Amino acid sequence: MTVAIAGAAECDLGKTGLDVLTLQSQAVIRALTDAGLTLSDVDGLATNNIGRFPVIQLAEYLGLRPRWCDSTFVGGSAFEMYVARAAQAIDAGQCSTVVISYASNQRSARSRTLTAAGDEYESPYRPLYPASYYAMVAQRYLHTYGLDRRHLAQVAVSARERAQRNPKAWTYGAGPLTVEEVLAAPLVSSPLGVLDCCLVTDGGGAVVLTSLERARDLPRPPAVVLGCGEMLDHTSMATAKDLLRTGAVESGRTALRAAGLTPADIDVIQLYDAFTISVPLGLEQLGFAAPGEGLSVTTPMNTGGGGLAYCHPGQFGVLLLVEAVRQLRETSAETALVHGTGGIFSSHATVILGVDR
Amino acid sequence: MSEWWEATRDHRLLLQHCDGCGSVQHYPRALCITCGSSDLSFREAVGTGVVDSFTVVHRAGEPYVLARVRLTEGPILLTHLDDIAEPRCDMPVLLAWRPLPDGRHLPVFRSADGL
Repeated sequence: MTVAIAGAAECDLGKTGLDVLTLQSQAVIRALTDAGLTLSDVDGLATNNIGRFPVIQLAEYLGLRPRWCDSTFVGGSAFEMYVARAAQAIDAGQCSTVVISYASNQRSARSRTLTAAGDEYESPYRPLYPASYYAMVAQRYLHTYGLDRRHLAQVAVSARERAQRNPKAWTYGAGPLTVEEVLAAPLVSSPLGVLDCCLVTDGGGAVVLTSLERARDLPRPPAVVLGCGEMLDHTSMATAKDLLRTGAVESGRTALRAAGLTPADIDVIQLYDAFTISVPLGLEQLGFAAPGEGLSVTTPMNTGGGGLAYCHPGQFGVLLLVEAVRQLRETSAETALVHGTGGIFSSHATVILGVDR
Repeated sequence: MSEWWEATRDHRLLLQHCDGCGSVQHYPRALCITCGSSDLSFREAVGTGVVDSFTVVHRAGEPYVLARVRLTEGPILLTHLDDIAEPRCDMPVLLAWRPLPDGRHLPVFRSADGL
């Protein structure tokens, strides 16, 4: 592919007291400024989570009339999918500059409008959506590999540790977390407790995509889109035949193949950590570890603190991209794997980014 | 697909069988997801299975045990485990019924140990 991320930024995070379109505007303008571009350069737009016609509403609010758009709604992995679609559109000449943006004020608004597991065969059993699904995955995982809650707790401890180095993280300055604290936190859906679950915060971000050729003339080093993959799976809790086999397998494999890379070639991972179990299982499914060994992966990951300790505004996918771009710009990492997940392991999308060489 | 719910009034758990390829599926659909045939018929499940996984749900009120039970016929059902002090993955379970206010029943599962 010949498309790159030329700009990336967060909007205000945490508890902002701002409305969604204000947060979206912050994200878009900051990302464009980062890219050395302005609104008048934008001819493609992708977003979701605003009213009935999300992308039209954002375009109108920004004063744009895009000639390319996407508003695929598959949960938190949508933003990785937007990268794939935008790269295709730019390659095909349908548009030249795409902004992918997201924001939520769910913490300020004290309201989370997640789709319930409304299916008539499942809702009578009152599953917590999405926590109970991840809980059943975790239970099966621990049972299969002879592990216990202490092992999963380590994921939350590590996330908190990384967030202490990120001033923008919700838990920045909160100090270290101990395994005992994770285990002592109230249970939500066993074996997952409150501290096994991602944060509920405001926040969002945006990335700007354009051709690599053009990105080379812009102020920031381009993060080249090397490969993309995706896979849709189930939406009901009883559909998956094997709880420990997710669409990340195909999504990751497709993206890595497109990039001509293997997991061993990846310098930094940004993996959607909605719950502690997402990390070891995700790393295994993406090929970074054998089944049952995901907790021992040493590749740098979720460097900003992730959804568990930095920020989780309902859909975290765009912030995975922002952090990956930051890593490629500011550290020695030359390749990044970004993996988004939506719903209850319902959708998967992987993007491989690399420095320009 | 209310035929499925109507059968619960008589304590019958129905599974959809494909008349074309013999596949068994849950939840009921207008087509067979294996072969695409619309020739489907309901047959009663034998009512045995094993716990694929489970979670104790903590929200307002008493905690309850949500589970995925892999039925002997193959399909997986989201359900509750009732009266099982220490649930575990792969334990055998038997179908039981919990009455609903309107006369229908909710299929739930109890331990098959010691029976």
